[in-house]
Amino acid sequence: MKFSEAWLRQWVDPTLERDALLQQLTMAGLEVDGTEPAAQVFSGVVVGCIEQAEQHPDADKLQVCQVSDGKETFQVVCGAPNARAGLLTAFAKVGAVLPDNFKIKKAKLRGVESFGMLCSASELGLGDDHNGIMELGNALSVGSDVAQTIGDELPLDDITVDLDLTPNRGDCLSIKGLAREVGVLNNLPVSYPEIVPVANQSDRILPIQVQAKAQCPRYLGRVIEDVDLSRPTPLWMSERLRRCGLRCIDPVVDVTNYLLIEQGQPMHAFDLSRLNQGIDVRMAQPGDKLTLLDGQDVEIDADTLVIADASGPVAIAGVMGGAHSGVQSDTQDLLLECAFFSPLAIAGTARRYGLHTDASHRYERGVDSQLQEAALQRATQLLIDIVGGKPGPIIAAVSESDLPANTTVTLRQGRLQNTLGVEIDAATVDEALARLDFAVSVRTENDAGVQWHVLPPSHRFDIALEADLVEEVCRIYGYNNIPSTVPQARPPLATVPLEKHSEVQLKQQFVRLGFNEVITYSFIDPQWQLAFDPNCAPLQLTNPMSSEQSVMRTTLLPGLVQVAKNNCLRQQTSGRAFETGLVFLPQDEGLVQRPMLGGVLWGDRAVEGWHENSSPVDFFDAKGIVEALCLWSGQEASFKPMSDGVLHPGQSAEVVIDDQVVGRVGLLHPQLQAQIDVPPVFVFELQSDVVLAKVQRRHQSVSRFPQVRRDLAVVVRQEVPAAAVLNTVRKAVGEHLVDIRLFDVYEGEGIDSNEKSLALGLTLQSQTTTLSDAEINALADAALQALQQNHSARQR
Amino acid sequence: MDIEDILQRGQQQVAQATDLRALDDVRVEFLGKKGELTALLKQLGGLDAEERPKVGALINQAKVALQDDINQRKELLQQQELAQTLQADTVDVTLPGRQPQQGGLHPVTQAMYRIEDIFTGAGYQVVAGREIENDYYNFAALNIPSHHPARAMHDTFYFGDGTLLRTHTSPSQVHTMEQQAPPIRVICPGRVYRRDSDLTHSPMFHQVEGLVVDEGISFADLKGTVIDFLQRFFEKDLAVQFRPSYFPFTEPSAEVDVQCVHCMGKGCRVCSHTGWLEVMGCGLVHPNVLTMSGIDTEVHSGFAFGFGVDRLAMLLFEVDDLRLFFDNDMRFLRQFA
Repeated sequence: MKFSEAWLRQWVDPTLERDALLQQLTMAGLEVDGTEPAAQVFSGVVVGCIEQAEQHPDADKLQVCQVSDGKETFQVVCGAPNARAGLLTAFAKVGAVLPDNFKIKKAKLRGVESFGMLCSASELGLGDDHNGIMELGNALSVGSDVAQTIGDELPLDDITVDLDLTPNRGDCLSIKGLAREVGVLNNLPVSYPEIVPVANQSDRILPIQVQAKAQCPRYLGRVIEDVDLSRPTPLWMSERLRRCGLRCIDPVVDVTNYLLIEQGQPMHAFDLSRLNQGIDVRMAQPGDKLTLLDGQDVEIDADTLVIADASGPVAIAGVMGGAHSGVQSDTQDLLLECAFFSPLAIAGTARRYGLHTDASHRYERGVDSQLQEAALQRATQLLIDIVGGKPGPIIAAVSESDLPANTTVTLRQGRLQNTLGVEIDAATVDEALARLDFAVSVRTENDAGVQWHVLPPSHRFDIALEADLVEEVCRIYGYNNIPSTVPQARPPLATVPLEKHSEVQLKQQFVRLGFNEVITYSFIDPQWQLAFDPNCAPLQLTNPMSSEQSVMRTTLLPGLVQVAKNNCLRQQTSGRAFETGLVFLPQDEGLVQRPMLGGVLWGDRAVEGWHENSSPVDFFDAKGIVEALCLWSGQEASFKPMSDGVLHPGQSAEVVIDDQVVGRVGLLHPQLQAQIDVPPVFVFELQSDVVLAKVQRRHQSVSRFPQVRRDLAVVVRQEVPAAAVLNTVRKAVGEHLVDIRLFDVYEGEGIDSNEKSLALGLTLQSQTTTLSDAEINALADAALQALQQNHSARQR
Repeated sequence: MDIEDILQRGQQQVAQATDLRALDDVRVEFLGKKGELTALLKQLGGLDAEERPKVGALINQAKVALQDDINQRKELLQQQELAQTLQADTVDVTLPGRQPQQGGLHPVTQAMYRIEDIFTGAGYQVVAGREIENDYYNFAALNIPSHHPARAMHDTFYFGDGTLLRTHTSPSQVHTMEQQAPPIRVICPGRVYRRDSDLTHSPMFHQVEGLVVDEGISFADLKGTVIDFLQRFFEKDLAVQFRPSYFPFTEPSAEVDVQCVHCMGKGCRVCSHTGWLEVMGCGLVHPNVLTMSGIDTEVHSGFAFGFGVDRLAMLLFEVDDLRLFFDNDMRFLRQFA
């Protein structure tokens, strides 16, 4: 909410400098978001009356005006389309100084002399309006100083303050509410303007009934006949509105806006001639439609409270009026509406229609339910002062039982002290409650301290619990006056699971393996998602910020590949990155949010250096990382060739642990790679819980006997997997095989083209004896025999 | 006898030996089994018994003298050889070393773990949660009924079935209170999501929420905890101020400002020249929230606090643009390795 500091100070004026006042508001929970100067300094501008306006002889768009300052008449050339005889406007005489130190001098425009300038609002720093010169209304006397006239009402060195109010402080959404709060904070009385009832001058009424009593406990209407809407809003009002961030529209809207800002009471005005028979406040019915003031056509849903006449809705209650029933420039008779709608009835309505209005903002947060009659009287007075007219009697439809009744809330001194953690004496509470205008109906005292039975005023509709009162006392007492302590606790010792790694440890393991952690978005581009998981329909956001962030990832790979791509585009041609996070899998039994870990490798294996030649990463770099992670968790993974369309069918594998597929590793499929335009990247992805499991290590004694190395070279068919060869050897040699290394794979000269040679290094050792040559030979022979049997292998 | 003569020749040859092998040849030639001095010893038998000891002693003196020379020469030659080897093996120690590739944690993760360390040291448990929640846990159980204006403060991402991306990690508090009786002290770190994107907002960011429920927990306890945490996180004796605010799930609620860590309150670009940084929200847990989770408000009370980890990480590492955290540029990430 924006407000004028000077206006506020006219109601309550604490002896605080500007900055201190703003600081006080912020520290009271009414956060000042920003300020800007409300007006600019100018001088030498008077109220001028255009006595005559004639076409400039040499310019189509200029007029030559004779302007009176009440004593003399000056010739002024003016380009404004609204310059006309009889108009009172702002006249900057020769010697005047406008904002930005713009000095007015005698000038000649297309051969005609001009003694001064007629000013638009924007030229005086009084708003954005530069479509024409100011229309000041006839209440001002010709010749009076404009700066002084405005300054007498509200000083020119005023500021507009932008407050960021929390939703619970609907009571501060007005000058009245802010003044009340500032009064509370400074323990000062507030001078509220006196509101005198306006006697009715006609008997004209419009039938008003309220069907939706719970949603609209109070609806007041008042007919005002014979208004003249050609009269301008007076400068004092338009200036106050402007300094609170509201534009001038027409006198009727300006008056309702004025009540909104001053009293916090939203109002609406209808053109009486466009209302059919009478007003009915009811819930919407099927088929209800409305063209709103902003031109939008809406179908109204059944949860919406509407103001209707015999033909249908004329307004969405508390949100926006309809275009047809709205006040037009030729409107003669008005119906003013001033209602209390229940916050629950209005809450959410504006948002459902994509609207947010000053009225809905206030009704959602709550309006003082006792305010309507006074507000309507004030609006009537302000309105007839400007546009004349004859007010009728107030037409009231009130359901007392549906009006919010503030109930008594009890505050216990002991509870207050325990909650805040500080001794607060009863007198301090008495004073705080009095300042807040909270009536104490009963005050009792016993050993446990004082109890206050408090009846909050109608503008504090947010007080329902003892905690609400505690907060209020705390606010007045001052948050920063409460001491700081540390809660006493006897926390149990930590549990550190033996068979589980922490996520911290997992990430540190990645760091040791040379990976940088990345954080990518959980919502991704549907096209990327489809490319990486074509068989899954991902979860879709109904209101994404952009289509590139509209589906929930089912795999970490798209994000990781995107990281590689972006980095390559920035000439970061080598890298290793990992991410841990949830993937979101829609499954028959419901959504599964699974923690995963993934990695990507691209470019060279090692940093370029003087000591070695760099070579590009390959499948076995990626696989080695997966193996290292599995080994770290104490589990052995096996790798099965796979073909999923995402990874290269010849360079990818499923990661299998205990017969369960727990992940995958491989080269991005060349087709996909080309499609998303990225250099070759190797990726892997594993279920985090698998790697976070930790097989508990138990000591196995190290043999004291010598170990012997025996190398075997065997030739097998190309398609025999190396893992099968190793397994055969492990099985055949048994417990004495303490290590086996596959140290060479050879294909080429000397070997059949459909064969390959594998070189195996066996390390043999016994726990109980030194192995003899004969025993060693027997073990090697057993290995060879089994290889021959299982894989038709021959020794090379 | 020509002992003297032999010794002189031997000593001469020792002095001329230029390497260890040549020196050993000299030793063999004079002192070996068939060496000249050894041969002399063998001839002793042909001498008079009277002369034999005298000559024998002379020969032995000569042997010892020559052996001494050899040893000295050997020492010298060895040292020369070592010097040569050292010379030959000298490398340019200013050439870059062979570094193992070093990875690194994301700065946000580092800040997160720093926070976790600070709180777990005081007995807080770390609770992880799901990111897709239902309306009850994200809003209703936190005293934010549907249509509550406070929902506008959380620009929420929704899915068609009424589920949503959590807008804060507070749902983890509710899960905790449902599953665990007081005393409770937890922190809930994790990713959260709001429809907001600009220099200082990302639609996905990280939050840590803390919750303590016990007997006699007060606003003073909350203040002490928050102040302690901020001072420890930044390792600076920073001023902290509390401003009344509003969150539906706490009452009284407060916004917390900390003295600008960059200018120490003098006023700078980072704090928009106010000297203060708004870093977190907190309050005493609202009685409705405790009641909904089955906790007796006459016995137990609690406090909760929450803050954006990304923002704290920005301040800690002097990162001036939030988007850098989600850009994943290796040149950025490697700075924090």
